[in-house]
Amino acid sequence: MSPIVQVRGLRYAYEDGTEALKGIDFELQPGETVALLGANGSGKTTFALHLNGLLRATSGTIAIDGLELRESNLKEIRRRVGLVFQDSDNQLFMPTVLEDVAFAPLAAGINSTAALAKAWLALEQVGMAHKAGKAPWHLSAGEKKRVAIAGILAEEPKILVLDEPTTFLDPPGQRGLAELLSSLPQAKILITHDVPFAARLAEVAVFFQEGRIAAKDTIPTIVRQFDW
Amino acid sequence: MRHARIDRWSRLDSPVHRLHPVAKVLAALGMLVAVATMTKPVLHLVAVYFAMLGVCVLAARLPVVRMLTGAAVVLPFACAIGVVSILSGDPNRAIMLLVRSYLSSLTALLLVASTPLSELLGGLDRLGAPAFLLQVMQFLYRYLMVLREEASAMRDAAASRAGSVRILEFKKAAGAAGVLFARAHTRASAIHRAMVARGFDGRMPTFRPTPLLLSDAIFAAAAVCAVVAARLALK
Repeated sequence: MSPIVQVRGLRYAYEDGTEALKGIDFELQPGETVALLGANGSGKTTFALHLNGLLRATSGTIAIDGLELRESNLKEIRRRVGLVFQDSDNQLFMPTVLEDVAFAPLAAGINSTAALAKAWLALEQVGMAHKAGKAPWHLSAGEKKRVAIAGILAEEPKILVLDEPTTFLDPPGQRGLAELLSSLPQAKILITHDVPFAARLAEVAVFFQEGRIAAKDTIPTIVRQFDW
Repeated sequence: MRHARIDRWSRLDSPVHRLHPVAKVLAALGMLVAVATMTKPVLHLVAVYFAMLGVCVLAARLPVVRMLTGAAVVLPFACAIGVVSILSGDPNRAIMLLVRSYLSSLTALLLVASTPLSELLGGLDRLGAPAFLLQVMQFLYRYLMVLREEASAMRDAAASRAGSVRILEFKKAAGAAGVLFARAHTRASAIHRAMVARGFDGRMPTFRPTPLLLSDAIFAAAAVCAVVAARLALK
């Protein structure tokens, strides 16, 4: 089976010259869930932002479902890779939940009726259809996270990248989110410090250390190896 | 919380809320032009305009007192300029300035409190308002919220350490304003990044506009005619 995400020799340096990624090789299979573990500043989020083309690599290649990431196909890459940000408040910017979830389909040029249908479907998928007319900033943290995920699902992505998805969530919210994510068929990359949460969804973890992948193994092995 | 409250009002259900945004924008525009071009303080005319707006506030089932006090937010600025007019020996001008400011503010508040922002922007778009201006309005609305949240978080942080934000010295408050804008900028960048990640390419997508009904057109025409007729009759 060919990988749905294939990254080769990815390097990235900030404008001040600091190297954030120092040659990352990574693969993700269709339907697979991988957790990215590692200290703050080890390069996990920087790596994730490359998958959606939000950051452009200094060198190296990224292919998403066989499509190599280039300026000319950024739109298609962004449709295939759904990025769920750590702070849902940053992700929800439209006046109502429904309009927010419909944003990506509309931006992709789909007509209003079809975009709304996709938005409703995504909201039902995450159990938030009853909040469609609400302003996003009136929701609880767990509800915001679900709406943020719905906004991504409406794009019908093939890969979900979730950056610290359990931040701001209480334990019931975390359990609900884990159940929701495990019901989604997409391949997933979870960036998290929450090892129990990662263990519920992923069998394999990749450990980032100073801009490099230090190890890839089962979560218990990684936890033992790095005293995580 | 003011604009969160207005946002909530805009999603109420009433005959005014159900009107097409284009009809409401045209009616509001008629009122604004009439008010802006009033040259003399004619009490009857002001009373008629005020009554028209009052009827609309009631028909929209909006809280009357809050609407009236909310519209007064412009008065301190108008008063400051009015004082200059009085000092220069032109009290009529000062009165007109206050009247025009208040009626205009009430008109604008009524429009935004009875029309959800997305529909209002859609209506303005249909009337040919520049897309760039509409985008700025939409972002301003979102980022005002960001600024408020950041200010609130900073105030709480300061109060928790200082006991009260009142004891902060002016210099520290000025420094805090700088930090507030830096934080708001960081936050705004994160929002922009999230938008780009979801396919934003510089143009805000909009839903297909709802059709303008005959009743909407009649309302807009009647409102503009009433405003003009009152102006001509009560010169």
